[in-house]
Amino acid sequence: MRILMLRVIAILVTFIGLYMLSQFVTYQMDPYYFQVLIECGVYIILAVSLNLINGITGQFSIGHAGFFAVGAYVGAAWTMIWQPMVVERYSFLQMGTLHGDILNLLIALILGMTSAGMAGFVVGLPSLRLRGDYLAIATLGFAEVIYVLLLNINSVGGARGLNGIPTLISSGNLALFWVFLFVIISIVLSRNIMQSVRGLTWLSVREDEIAADAMGVDTTKVKVTAFVIGSALAGAAGVLYAHFLTGISPDIFSMNTSILITTMVVLGGSGSVTGSVIAAIVLIVLPEVLRFLKNDRMVIYSVLLIVMMLTRPQGIFGTKEIGFPKWRRKQPKTEGRSA
Amino acid sequence: MATQTAEDGGAIRIMSVLEMRDVTKKFGGLAAVSGLNLVVEPGELLGLIGPNGAGKTTVFNLITGVYKPSSGDVLFQGMRVNGLRPCRIASSGICRTFQNIRLFKQLNVLDNVRIAAHLHTKANLLDSILRNNRLMTNDRELTEFSLMILRSLKLEDVSDQRSSDLPYGLQRRLEIARAIATKPRLLLLDEPAAGMNPQEKVELMELVRSVRRDYQLTILLIEHDMRVVMGICERIYVLDYGELIAEGKPEAIRKDPRVLSAYLGE
Repeated sequence: MRILMLRVIAILVTFIGLYMLSQFVTYQMDPYYFQVLIECGVYIILAVSLNLINGITGQFSIGHAGFFAVGAYVGAAWTMIWQPMVVERYSFLQMGTLHGDILNLLIALILGMTSAGMAGFVVGLPSLRLRGDYLAIATLGFAEVIYVLLLNINSVGGARGLNGIPTLISSGNLALFWVFLFVIISIVLSRNIMQSVRGLTWLSVREDEIAADAMGVDTTKVKVTAFVIGSALAGAAGVLYAHFLTGISPDIFSMNTSILITTMVVLGGSGSVTGSVIAAIVLIVLPEVLRFLKNDRMVIYSVLLIVMMLTRPQGIFGTKEIGFPKWRRKQPKTEGRSA
Repeated sequence: MATQTAEDGGAIRIMSVLEMRDVTKKFGGLAAVSGLNLVVEPGELLGLIGPNGAGKTTVFNLITGVYKPSSGDVLFQGMRVNGLRPCRIASSGICRTFQNIRLFKQLNVLDNVRIAAHLHTKANLLDSILRNNRLMTNDRELTEFSLMILRSLKLEDVSDQRSSDLPYGLQRRLEIARAIATKPRLLLLDEPAAGMNPQEKVELMELVRSVRRDYQLTILLIEHDMRVVMGICERIYVLDYGELIAEGKPEAIRKDPRVLSAYLGE
């Protein structure tokens, strides 16, 4: 009962805090910084969700931009193509008012996450047969297929992309609220999975698949579940990003983006949620900070990455976490939630 | 066919824990195991020996579902298990250790055991995500259970060490602890004494005896060290070139001419 109360309070505080922050930040912050902040949030979701697949379950997937794209395009397709088709019949779907925008955003999120999750299921299936580099190539191939499809489907704009997407998430100055709500969801979800005994079985698949199987871990189920959850979260990131940018094109979801997300996970330390978060922030903010170097900035950026990986190949955090109270043997009662 | 034996006339008859009926496994043209018949009775401590390459580990892989038999049946408690996936076989009550230790290296000792204990979890993934009461009680129970196993195998002092940091002997012991945590009926030990010194081997024999007693296990054990096998096994199967060449009590095996020639040559 007490835990439930604490939890309700924690959720309320999170919501109100995010809302207030969102209002405050939107009025006070320079739009450029604000954009960087939102971008950080989106990439944190992507990195943390890829970490579920790559870092925790150990399935080396490097096609995360594919799921990101599926979410973004399906979400945008709702607001730009499908919603106008049904809005006459169901007038409550009208956009423009705050609650109308929120309702449409939620529908876009559900559609985007579901379709990205289904894509994750389809990609997760070969992961049962493919290991290591072979799986990496298969996932990369998937992302490329999505990319090429988007380039060639005219109803979503082809290479020009979809433009003029309503900025649903900015309605009521809530952009930061939505993005960081999903940041929190993905972090808490990863943490909760990792801290449960069932989540340990995900780690066991990474550590030694044959042994995991021999201990009764259904490795098939674990891998596919990781793919589905990871991709659904990437889909959510896509929906939010599309409705923030107002314009998306296939180039946003090219192989570079896949590599960038993978780099975040590896740089932060595969398996470490904290690491993914920090690395996502670093890799988004760094190019902006280095802007004064003009054309040399990407060179410096790359050199920094190389140095980083040479000096600390296990990533910034290795597999460590910050703010994840470890279960302690001496006091079993302390296993409470720390929101 | 599966349940027929168990429900015969309401009373459960004593049936063998494991039965291999005419099992053959071919890799290409090579028969790693051919026409093997093997019966493990409840509560037995059984040895499986043979020279290098005799097919002992293949037998384990056939039992645990890593390989599918080319022909023949593997029955566990009267149920056909050949063709089931390894994780299904493990959850039905057969667990093994590995010849070349396969611990979850980066995880600590307790987590290694808790992973095996997850088979008894009643909480699903949604419970994990929501971290609700069911998960908390369930995980606490599993943790207590794992700690109990670690205590009984004298590993509780190292429970928060990374498993790869453990000395070799303890790693072997942790493998056994982990296998026990799945609550198996049948425990398969693949060369548990490999690489141990004489003192550790004595401890190991003691350990095998005590876990068998404490957890009411039936144990099938592959071992090279004759002193260990002769010391603890009640019955021994001898394999050579994938075929069973002898079966019987240790004393009889020791004198069996076929066994002697297999090990020492003609």
